[in-house]
Amino acid sequence: MSLTVQHPGSPVVAEPAAVPPLQQRPVAPAKRRGARRRREYLLFALFALPNLALIAVFAYWPVIGNAYLSLTRWDMIAPSPTFVGFDNYATLFTDPSFLRVLRITAVWVVSVVGVSLVGGLALALLFAAKVPGRKAVSALAFSPHILSGAAVAAVWLFLFDPNYGLSRVVFSLFGMDSPHWTTSSRWALPALIIVAVWKGVGFVAIVYLAALQSLPGDVLEAARLDGASRWKTFRHITFPLLSPTTFFLAVTQIIGAFQSFDLIAMMTGGGPADATTTLSWFIYSQGFMQFKAGTAAAGAMIMFVLLLVVTVVQLRYVEKKVHY
Amino acid sequence: MSTSSPPDRDRASLPTRVRYRIAKLPVLLAILLIGLLFLIPFYWMFSSAFKPEEEIYRWPLQWIPSELVLDHFRRAWDAVPFGQFFVNSVIVTAFGATFKVTLAVFSAYAFAFLRFPFKKLIFLAVLGALMVPGHVTLLINYITIGNLGLINTYAGIFLPGLASAFGTFLLRQHFLALPKEVLEAAELDGCGHLRRLTHFVLPMAKPAVVTVALIAVIDEWNDFIWPLLVTNSVQMRTLPIGLMFLKETEGVDQWGPIMAGTVLVVLPMLLLFLLAQRYIIAGLAGAAVKK
Repeated sequence: MSLTVQHPGSPVVAEPAAVPPLQQRPVAPAKRRGARRRREYLLFALFALPNLALIAVFAYWPVIGNAYLSLTRWDMIAPSPTFVGFDNYATLFTDPSFLRVLRITAVWVVSVVGVSLVGGLALALLFAAKVPGRKAVSALAFSPHILSGAAVAAVWLFLFDPNYGLSRVVFSLFGMDSPHWTTSSRWALPALIIVAVWKGVGFVAIVYLAALQSLPGDVLEAARLDGASRWKTFRHITFPLLSPTTFFLAVTQIIGAFQSFDLIAMMTGGGPADATTTLSWFIYSQGFMQFKAGTAAAGAMIMFVLLLVVTVVQLRYVEKKVHY
Repeated sequence: MSTSSPPDRDRASLPTRVRYRIAKLPVLLAILLIGLLFLIPFYWMFSSAFKPEEEIYRWPLQWIPSELVLDHFRRAWDAVPFGQFFVNSVIVTAFGATFKVTLAVFSAYAFAFLRFPFKKLIFLAVLGALMVPGHVTLLINYITIGNLGLINTYAGIFLPGLASAFGTFLLRQHFLALPKEVLEAAELDGCGHLRRLTHFVLPMAKPAVVTVALIAVIDEWNDFIWPLLVTNSVQMRTLPIGLMFLKETEGVDQWGPIMAGTVLVVLPMLLLFLLAQRYIIAGLAGAAVKK
């Protein structure tokens, strides 16, 4: 391995004498450089290969495998899938119940992301005001973001309980009965949206808050000195300056909302009457409850393409760097 | 704000200060309200987990438990092996996070400091993995793990999650931002790459490594859909899956035991958050802002 030959027994202090004679020097470095480079390649492989192999096997291979599986029919038990071409896609896009899944997914993603962004920005503006308690409250609001979705869902299932939950208390203040949130096809999706927003809005707020604090203070001050009202300063200066943050948050929140699964699994199981069957739940239930691997894979490909579009749009946008 | 002489300032600014305070009152109230909005669900969970059974189902509501009992924990325990779920979660999280961070550190070092043909292209491929949504990988990873004979094993639960594109990316950025002089000096002193990594890069990039580790722990602990798929015996469930299982076996109205189980899932992460808030927020939110 090593080119600088050193006998194990030789005392290190005596080294100076071992400097190679001058006439050897022109040859040695080139050789040594090549060997050293080869050794660096080996080290690179050693350091990076385990991770690269895992990424290849568990991230890239599934994309290829899933794409193929989406062109087949398979019950996950038969020895091999049957190739059926684009049948699964054709069936899905002509099936009203799948179109309903797409519609529910759209409502879900748009409401969760929309409410989280608007609410998060409002929270951030509040947290930016220098009042006592803001730090504690912002940390408190952030905390659900790092908790298990299943656990958060369990707590909210209880809060939504029409007989023993907080929901009954709140509605009784207005002399009303609580809706049966998770068992009514009208209220189940709104219930899930409330929980998703409660879980994620604190994260959005913290990101916005950090962005607010990094804004150029002199610009805002100049606007105030010029007599711009609070709302005008916000509308024409602060908000445009925040647009890269807004865009980044929108993209990551969209990706998260598309894939959110544990809230649905815990609270509604896609029901009642498929009222909360988003694309995410659809893929799971087709694949692992009804054992239609081909249909599930086609659903996953559709999600993949939708999210790829979102990501590519983001990359384009970041390249242009609007408003900066 | 006003004139410089102390007595004058006091007299002049006192009313403004008071007015200023009053103007902030709505903000203060709003923040208080938001605090309650986030506190009440937590309070509800903890108090119901420790309330005597009949006080959960009392109307009007019993906000403050008359006594704290461990009944619900015992009942949850009798219905499903919660202790086993807890142990499973700890094992999967510990192994998963440790391996994941180690792999990320080594590959981040390689991408930051070692030469290799097509290195940029390979790194792009790593970044590309960030774009693959989890749902696309479910079916094929299930088949792969099945072919490896790892269904219903700890390794089967944490193995697919070890592929760490995000950690590699984040650590590489931090490694590249380290002071070059220190590393060059180390190299001149004949310090090999492994030594440079353990003695210079890791200590200097410690906050970033801690952040990546914390995120790995949180992700592993909370993971839901994958452990749900890959385990098929009660004995192998992790806590979040166990919680759903408890809800299904006990029926929806058993709120005491369900809240007790929920406390078990949530408490370790809440404690972690209390201890390492700064790192967690920096890691999760900071990356977004620097964009």
